[in-house]
Amino acid sequence: MIETKSQPGEQGRFGAYGGRYAPETLMHPLEELEQAYFAARSDPAFQAEFDYLLKNYVGRPSPLYYAKRLSESLGGASSGSMPGTKIYLKREDLLHTGAHKINNCVGQALLARRMGKRRIIAETGAGQHGVATATVCALFGFTCRVYMGEEDMARQRLNVFRMKLLGAEVIPVTAGQRTLKEAISEAMRDWVTNVEDTYYLLGSALGSHPYPLMVRDFQSVIGKEAREQILAAEGRLPDQLIACVGGGSNAIGLFHAFRDDANVKMIGVEAGGRGTGLGEHAARFSGGTPGVLQGTFTYLLQDNNGQIVNTHSVSAGLDYAAVGPEHAMLHDSGRAEYTSCNDSDALDACQRLMLLEGILPALESSHAIAEVIKRAPKARNEIIIVNLSGRGDKDIEILQRELKL
Amino acid sequence: MPTRIQQRWNELRASGGKALIPFVMAGDPDMRRCLEVVLALADAGADIIELGVPFSEPVADGEVIQRAGGRAIANGSFLPAILDLVKQVRKQSQVPLLLMSYLNPILRYGFEKFAADAVAAGADGALITDLSVEEAGPYINVIRGDANGRNAEAAKPRHNFDTVFLASPTSTAARLRRIVEYSTGFVYAVSRTGITGTQASLSTAIVPLLAKLRALTETPIAAGFGISRPEHLAALAPHADGVVVGSALVKCLEDHLDNPAPHVAEMARWLREGFKETGVRS
Repeated sequence: MIETKSQPGEQGRFGAYGGRYAPETLMHPLEELEQAYFAARSDPAFQAEFDYLLKNYVGRPSPLYYAKRLSESLGGASSGSMPGTKIYLKREDLLHTGAHKINNCVGQALLARRMGKRRIIAETGAGQHGVATATVCALFGFTCRVYMGEEDMARQRLNVFRMKLLGAEVIPVTAGQRTLKEAISEAMRDWVTNVEDTYYLLGSALGSHPYPLMVRDFQSVIGKEAREQILAAEGRLPDQLIACVGGGSNAIGLFHAFRDDANVKMIGVEAGGRGTGLGEHAARFSGGTPGVLQGTFTYLLQDNNGQIVNTHSVSAGLDYAAVGPEHAMLHDSGRAEYTSCNDSDALDACQRLMLLEGILPALESSHAIAEVIKRAPKARNEIIIVNLSGRGDKDIEILQRELKL
Repeated sequence: MPTRIQQRWNELRASGGKALIPFVMAGDPDMRRCLEVVLALADAGADIIELGVPFSEPVADGEVIQRAGGRAIANGSFLPAILDLVKQVRKQSQVPLLLMSYLNPILRYGFEKFAADAVAAGADGALITDLSVEEAGPYINVIRGDANGRNAEAAKPRHNFDTVFLASPTSTAARLRRIVEYSTGFVYAVSRTGITGTQASLSTAIVPLLAKLRALTETPIAAGFGISRPEHLAALAPHADGVVVGSALVKCLEDHLDNPAPHVAEMARWLREGFKETGVRS
């Protein structure tokens, strides 16, 4: 069931952020997409098919797993009489295709079919959205083209091969720093050229309205389930939610159901990369300023001339110069707090979760694990939910290189 | 007071002529040679020149303009240097100049400072590719001082600066009405869906779009995107007040980076021949 606790304002404004900054050729297609999405969202048949596929194809609900050994290692709940901080993992990594990205892809594929579009294009960074898109295209019989930066194709080549196995065409993007930003630009160029028959399946809560809203809505199942699951397990709401933030779809998906629960803290973790200088990280809230990139007004990493600067992260999925506009609003209002974790802390956290829980997190999700490792020792008898947004099989080669085992 | 762009249209209307509007990227391949190209184009009969402001994420541009933007960025061609280029042009030419930019460089510079500095330098207007009419209110307000962002008070604008907007074959009637309402100087009709770049033949979408715009406004209408040959100009002349040629000229510049001005000017003259074939003033 799509959960909607709040709506953006006119033109998809989340506070001052969001909007619809697109070349004129895309403006009416965006209006049509918005109308089609609102009609679908209020159609019980659409909702029922979405729910059916999430349950029977994607494998929802995903477990909310109490990570006992991780909690204990951080001075949390032990077997004794002393209750302590308990860390729960929302196991989006267990879903079909291995990450939360599939939730959004199922929703948008249903919408594309409803709109009569049979050619799907997408961008991908780490390749998880590309794999999820290729998967739903196979399921629905759509043709699929995925744009991916050459740098990302090299570091996530297992996912490139998975997309090809699924029948997708993967187009290398060679512009700029050859990562997610350039892949989005190239997908937008394809869309503006083939707008009549093509559906652009954007993978994060980014871009022009209605994408940030629509992606949030399709991902909101994460928080809706987690809220029910923690109430069933603990009889109370959590104290903290922690999720990594690239574009921010897994984080907004977890946060949304809790936004009116004022005592539940929301923490988004950006990529701290290898340093604090511009170009060394992807921490938009600490190093960025508001501006317009790829259709939306939000925090950007940019220079004094309004040019977008390069970013760095060990995780391809967080390596992007802008952040979803709803996160920009939550940041300014103080409802959510944003922090960052660097490459080496993320790698340590990844290894720690493997050794303590036998779970291999994606390097993106490892940023959220790193944050809970910092926070849990300072917390007192708290319940913390971490969104384990994806599994790390795709990162094996990077881990092999970085961890030198 | 009419802008140089508006004055040029008035002259063209009086003589029955059509406008040739070349596009070049400011600072491509460097400021010195770009100045030479702009002046050579003015000599070759360019009626209005579009000066591109490079942006690191040119989502609406094809490879030729992307490469030109890359060369310009490598040369530090950002708004302060570009407005200096405009001043250099103004020392020698009164050719109307329209800045063509993505929104973020102008947003970062600040709308008010941009409008004031651009007018002071001698620029006549701007077209902001990814600024839709829905989002243009704050910008229009700065230029024309109308809280509704509408040009009802265009008779006494705060800045004597044209705001050109794009119209597309995908624009609905309601959108076209708003686009012509917001546009001063001219309306830029995109000939086809897609990004900038050349193509062998003209899109069939452009003539119906020009007819729809013509029915809505007295403001001049220029067609652009995919226009690269004199016969394209000939075909469009009966339907549009002017044509924009970008990628074809930029490609010519790219093929002669050492000394592009004479080559680009020669191409502009060759393109203008298209207008003669239809019997309009060239």
